[in-house]
Amino acid sequence: MSAQFAQYLLTGVTVGAIYALVALGFSIIYNASHVINFAQGEFVMIGGMTTVSLTAIGWPLPLAIGAAVVAAALVGFALEKFAVEPARGASVVTLIIITIGASILLRGLATLVWDKNIHALQAFSGDTPIQIAGASLVPQSLWVMGITLVIVLLLTWFFGRTLLGKALLATSHNRLAAQLVGINVRHVLLASFGLSAALGAVAGILVAPITFTSWDVGVMLGLKGFAAAILGGLGSGPGAVLGGLALGLIEAMGAGYISSAYKDVIAFVIILAVLFFMPSGLLGTRSTDRV
Amino acid sequence: MLRRLAASRSSGLAALALVVALLPLALQNAYYYEVAILVGLNAIVCVGLNLLIGYAGQISLGHAGFFGLGAYGSAILTARYGWPPLAAMAVTTLGVAALAYLIGRPILRLRGHYLAMATLGMGIIISIVVATEDQLTGGPDGMSVPALSVFGFAFAGERVWYWVVGVALLVAVWVARNLVDSPHGRALRALHGSEVGAEVAGIDSARHKVRVFVISAVYASIAGGLTAHYAGFVTPAKVTFFHSIELVTMVVFGGMASTFGAVVGAAVLTTLPQALTLFKEYEMVVFGAVMMLTMIFMPRGLVPTLAALFDRPEGPGKASRDAGGGGIRPPAR
Repeated sequence: MSAQFAQYLLTGVTVGAIYALVALGFSIIYNASHVINFAQGEFVMIGGMTTVSLTAIGWPLPLAIGAAVVAAALVGFALEKFAVEPARGASVVTLIIITIGASILLRGLATLVWDKNIHALQAFSGDTPIQIAGASLVPQSLWVMGITLVIVLLLTWFFGRTLLGKALLATSHNRLAAQLVGINVRHVLLASFGLSAALGAVAGILVAPITFTSWDVGVMLGLKGFAAAILGGLGSGPGAVLGGLALGLIEAMGAGYISSAYKDVIAFVIILAVLFFMPSGLLGTRSTDRV
Repeated sequence: MLRRLAASRSSGLAALALVVALLPLALQNAYYYEVAILVGLNAIVCVGLNLLIGYAGQISLGHAGFFGLGAYGSAILTARYGWPPLAAMAVTTLGVAALAYLIGRPILRLRGHYLAMATLGMGIIISIVVATEDQLTGGPDGMSVPALSVFGFAFAGERVWYWVVGVALLVAVWVARNLVDSPHGRALRALHGSEVGAEVAGIDSARHKVRVFVISAVYASIAGGLTAHYAGFVTPAKVTFFHSIELVTMVVFGGMASTFGAVVGAAVLTTLPQALTLFKEYEMVVFGAVMMLTMIFMPRGLVPTLAALFDRPEGPGKASRDAGGGGIRPPAR
């Protein structure tokens, strides 16, 4: 394995882990409500920016991170309560426009609460690069990979072993049947938005020391997360992780070996090609049409 | 009144023609003309896009790509190769139609959010190519475009362009309304209701979907070409994902499956940011809030909701809810 390849691999997995977290957020909300939440990227921004401003006023990093995740979750609750819930039964395109409106609103609020500058967050444990197989890796990348892994394991436990997790799954399979067995679907929807927002915030905090953060950082990350969720198969948890990692690796390899200007073009061409042969993504279930 | 306007093809068109003819009385200076021209150009794209989204129920988050190709194609052929503008626009439009056909064949097999992703990807690919190939397109700085001239008569000034765009919009609406009432339009509404159902009834849904995709791309391309020649300048900003989103928002905001809804949506959402510049730093907040509130309280869009208010029992609002309310349906499980 050449050092160059190892370098691209590590970069790709780091970026891919972030995409995976955002994609998981898309999938959880989609499962619970069939809404594609285009404001998902704004949770990433809220997480990063809140942590930056709280550490700047002297809060210790772990406390600031916790507060930022809670803040994002509260925004997620509010989004569900005041924007998605009142519009229940609207067409999917209408719901997409509502969440796009929400993302513009949140970005606007971010420029008011904070500013239009780019902010840096200190790395969790220093900036001295580690050498692995000839490639250098900043310690923050290890945090990204490690915490993503922990979150994926936690989510597996959450959906497989806890009552709320199972209620979420049940609602995604059949909303009416879930209601009939006594699941409070409205609480499930709230929980799904809160959970997705928290995941997005974690992604935003983890990536802030590497790529910096600003009021509009959520736009591109949101798009990439959506692309990853679709690539893996919408609504599939393992698909979201696979899609995120694949997208990160494609971008890193494309930028390294072909052209950095065209790395997004390469990524989207591959996504289109995959969709051409697998219209429901890599791990998505094939949908059937009811007449 | 709204219902009667929307009910009859010719009287609706006549009303729009009246608005176009009388509007200059209210336009006091060149700036107002400029906004009106922008409204018209956006409305042309939206009328085409509404055929795809509102009537056929297929989403596209990449139509700014076709708009941009129309603008840049015309710009490059006239500025770099010295073609006459009309020929450049015609050839560009043919090229965009061919490209839309080639892309549409595989892409339109996808459904719902997967189609949204695929068209979004297509739009982003086009926008990156436009921004990167700076030898041809001028890159992020954009490029200047010669004025539109036909047989030696150069179109210049806001007043002349107002009439050019006004007539183009009327033609666009006329063609769209005829298309909706044609067998093709009925096929689109049928496959919007149920694709399997439409196919059982003998409708080749793949062919009809690709056809309406190509038609909507042609609308976008022509509007793009006109925009380039009017502004005398093109930048990649008009090709971005955001512009695609803006266009879809105009269609949904005005009211899906309503041609006049598309025009009204374009008019409101083009003038709103101009008005909001008064609010300075609150511009984004207000714009986002208006978008959200309108869609929450009028999920069917402005025109169908208002039309239903004026005429409750069997107004066009009900009809368009049936035709347009479905949007993209989540996969049945």
